[in-house]
Amino acid sequence: MSWEVVIGLEIHTQLATQSKIFSGASTAYGAEPNTQACLVDLGYPGVLPVLNEDVVRMAAMFGLAVNASVAPRSVFARKNYFYPDLPKGYQISQYELPIVEHGELFITAADGNEKRIGITRAHLEEDAGKSTHEGLGSFSGIDLNRAGTPLLEIVSEPDLRSAKEAVAYMRKIHSIVRYLGISDGNMQEGSFRCDANVSMRPRGQQEFGTRTELKNLNSFRFVEKAINFEIERQIDVIEDGGEVVQETRLYDANKDETRPMRSKEEANDYRYFPDPDLLPVEIDAAYVEALRETLPELPDAKRHRFIDDYGIRADDADILTASRALGDFYEEVVAATAGEPQGVANFVVGDFMGALNKAGLGIEESPVSAAALAGLLDRIKDQTISGKIAKEVFEAMWSGEGSADEIIAAKGLKQITDSSAIEAIVDKVIEANPGQVAEYKAGKEKLIGYFVGQVMKETGGKANPGQVNQVLKQKLS
Amino acid sequence: MAAELHQRTLSELAAGLEAGDFSSVELTEALLARVADHDGELNAFITVTAEQALAAARAADEARAAGNAGVLGGLPLVHKDIFCTRDVLTTCGSRMLENFVSPYNATVVDRLAGAGAVILGKTNMDEFAMGSSNETSYYGPVRNPWHLEYSPGGSSGGSAAAVAARLAPAATGTDTGGSIRQPAALTGTVGLKPTYGRVSRYGMIAFASSLDQAGVITRSSADAALLLGVMAGFDERDSTSIDHPVPDYTAALSESLDGLRIGVVKQHFDDGLDAATGAAVREALAVLEANGAKLVDVDLPNIDLSVPTYYVVAPAECSSNLSRFDGVRFGHRADNPEDLFDLYCRSRGEGFGAEVKRRIMTGTYALSAGYYDAYYLKAQQVRHLIADDFKSAFEKVDLIAGPTSPTPAFRLGDKVDDPITMYLNDIYTVGANLAGLPGVSTPCGFVDGLPVGLHLVGPHWGEEVLIRCAHNYEQLTDWHRACPEDFS
Repeated sequence: MSWEVVIGLEIHTQLATQSKIFSGASTAYGAEPNTQACLVDLGYPGVLPVLNEDVVRMAAMFGLAVNASVAPRSVFARKNYFYPDLPKGYQISQYELPIVEHGELFITAADGNEKRIGITRAHLEEDAGKSTHEGLGSFSGIDLNRAGTPLLEIVSEPDLRSAKEAVAYMRKIHSIVRYLGISDGNMQEGSFRCDANVSMRPRGQQEFGTRTELKNLNSFRFVEKAINFEIERQIDVIEDGGEVVQETRLYDANKDETRPMRSKEEANDYRYFPDPDLLPVEIDAAYVEALRETLPELPDAKRHRFIDDYGIRADDADILTASRALGDFYEEVVAATAGEPQGVANFVVGDFMGALNKAGLGIEESPVSAAALAGLLDRIKDQTISGKIAKEVFEAMWSGEGSADEIIAAKGLKQITDSSAIEAIVDKVIEANPGQVAEYKAGKEKLIGYFVGQVMKETGGKANPGQVNQVLKQKLS
Repeated sequence: MAAELHQRTLSELAAGLEAGDFSSVELTEALLARVADHDGELNAFITVTAEQALAAARAADEARAAGNAGVLGGLPLVHKDIFCTRDVLTTCGSRMLENFVSPYNATVVDRLAGAGAVILGKTNMDEFAMGSSNETSYYGPVRNPWHLEYSPGGSSGGSAAAVAARLAPAATGTDTGGSIRQPAALTGTVGLKPTYGRVSRYGMIAFASSLDQAGVITRSSADAALLLGVMAGFDERDSTSIDHPVPDYTAALSESLDGLRIGVVKQHFDDGLDAATGAAVREALAVLEANGAKLVDVDLPNIDLSVPTYYVVAPAECSSNLSRFDGVRFGHRADNPEDLFDLYCRSRGEGFGAEVKRRIMTGTYALSAGYYDAYYLKAQQVRHLIADDFKSAFEKVDLIAGPTSPTPAFRLGDKVDDPITMYLNDIYTVGANLAGLPGVSTPCGFVDGLPVGLHLVGPHWGEEVLIRCAHNYEQLTDWHRACPEDFS
């Protein structure tokens, strides 16, 4: 039988506020345990939550970015359960009335077409603290620095039909929240996490199968691997005559498998009710409209503009618009150089991003500025250097040896375009390789590459490759 | 000869301090001495903060000498032990917080201290404010100064008893279903519960967040007006406090009863009301009418549903509010827990008393899947109906008057095993909490030597009309001046 997977994602994205959602404590990552938890975060007797206005703005911006409705009235509820990292014994979370509903975004499906993915809702909630078990013997440690960190939980419709689509959707959300500047999207630090609901059904069937919820998916790679594992597992269960059990399963990246969490953790009745300490959040239309004016250009719009205005390839446009900073960098280079936009895209996507990745740097930390890079690309354009020499110059720029022009001058890398000079070297090479010349003339034309290589070797790579080719062909004919 | 210091009201003491007749240190010492002499029999205090009080009194005297006396400069008060007080034990009447020294001050505590008040100590109360007799306190029941075998009411029983027995001229209290007004009625004191949102709840240990409101117990409405002016006002740390202007409440004291329309609710004089108590309240209404007020019959058709509604909403909220007491970060922790579950179960099992457990269980049930709609949601709907009834009534009248409590004080032990009878103590007061309205109880007579309270409820932000009416009544009668014989 042919099976179809149905996937919905719940993405928790940490909002990039200075302080927590209901207290003034800092949200900075990596502090000593329990140094960024105030009395409100600790759930002390008598303290009360006060909503951080910034989270409302950020959630509303997200709503606008995914073409959703921003609710004029949303309500915080209490989700009641006991756990040591949950100081109040309840988590404050929007339940029946979330701030964002009925959104959508588009991903590129396997067939290359755009596919619409519905966003059911996005709601605000506070994060819990963290339990640690290392180095404490039979005890557990509780770090409440994270308690009260603002989260936006983004829930998709069950519109995703493969692990690849799930990843594409997650990447798109990741890109949007970073464009909006509402989250740093840092997955190592847990600022962007995902749970996946996965079920199988015979292809063509309308109703959904029984789903499992996969937790602990904190990288794009794990999302893909966990879902694919789960697809195989569920098919095996069904084809062996069994039934998929509705349960929460943890993904274990080390073993690349999912396994059920203890059922006790599933049996909670959370006893949701509206939090009487907080008033409903009321947002008027004027606020939403004013906010709409502040929205930056979003990834899809930018991607289309890059393709239309710069004429670059779609796959390059995808990469260059994945982050706002990279797109801005690309545009800065294009504006500053006489080089062709596609050529700029090639260099930025290739050498430049390669260098960043290798050094583990963000674009803001790049030692080569957009203006400096434009200076280098100008020299390719005016044929001062070849593309190959440009790589060498770029490496030197990366190491801080100066501007492209300074490095070209200092290292004598200026391309040889004087045809008499090139002819002299070509003559020398032909003279030194009589055997190869004979073979070439006998029809082994691919030896042309060998001769080009020899000329380049003689000139330290500085000869204009086009000219070399032309002269060689002329002289060997 | 002037009255002894402890017999004077807050306003009289303020005048005396201002005139230099005595210092705050002298006053504080005199009252601390009374506490030492009398609290053994009353058990009104959980903590006496003598040292801090004397330091604050000295500071207040110095400020006054320097010409910087605050509105309450040097005036002694006591706080219900539900208000967090920095570096002072804050127990909420519970074993759960037997060891809890608060690291911060409630907004109410800060505001009163900021105006120069001197805090003598923290008063006894029903555990987590759940009770109407002060018998649920882990620290033992408070005794009624009018008869030591009787309850002073609750949950602010310690505050009421301390003021009635002249151990302090005024006290803070909290009122979730009548916890200021009922003990005030039962001890012959004045108890004012403001409009929900008028006074910050920050630092006031929550029982039922949508109903809790801080207020005062005093010996006169004038004193209540003085204190309310300091306590009231928006607090950015409490999202449910409302940014509404704070008037000069003492200005209301100079207005007469002329033209005041007073609603009388027939449901407030039904079979559940003790006949002698009813007679005293009717007599009070007659006094108001004879002096310029107009009595108007009003109907609150859903008011009979207020006690059952309250006993769904309040426990539901408390079941969640009290989850933070888990033995992990503060408060009582069971010895040698076997595991996390055992830590939770025993810490809470040992830390909470029977009434608190009863309400946590009732509330948990009301919020549970499958019951939420039938209980919690239904109760919230009825709550709206009750609020609407009051709203309609206040289109016809300026305030509503009736009995505060169906009976005078009852004997300690009489109702403690019968929660339903105990809950009916709140029958005339809970409506105001459900609707968020202000209410005041002022003394209006005695039945068998025990005080009776006249209950006034006003519209939202109607504190001034309540103070005006109660103050006029107090000027026309002398019930509020009566002092229990053993505490004169």
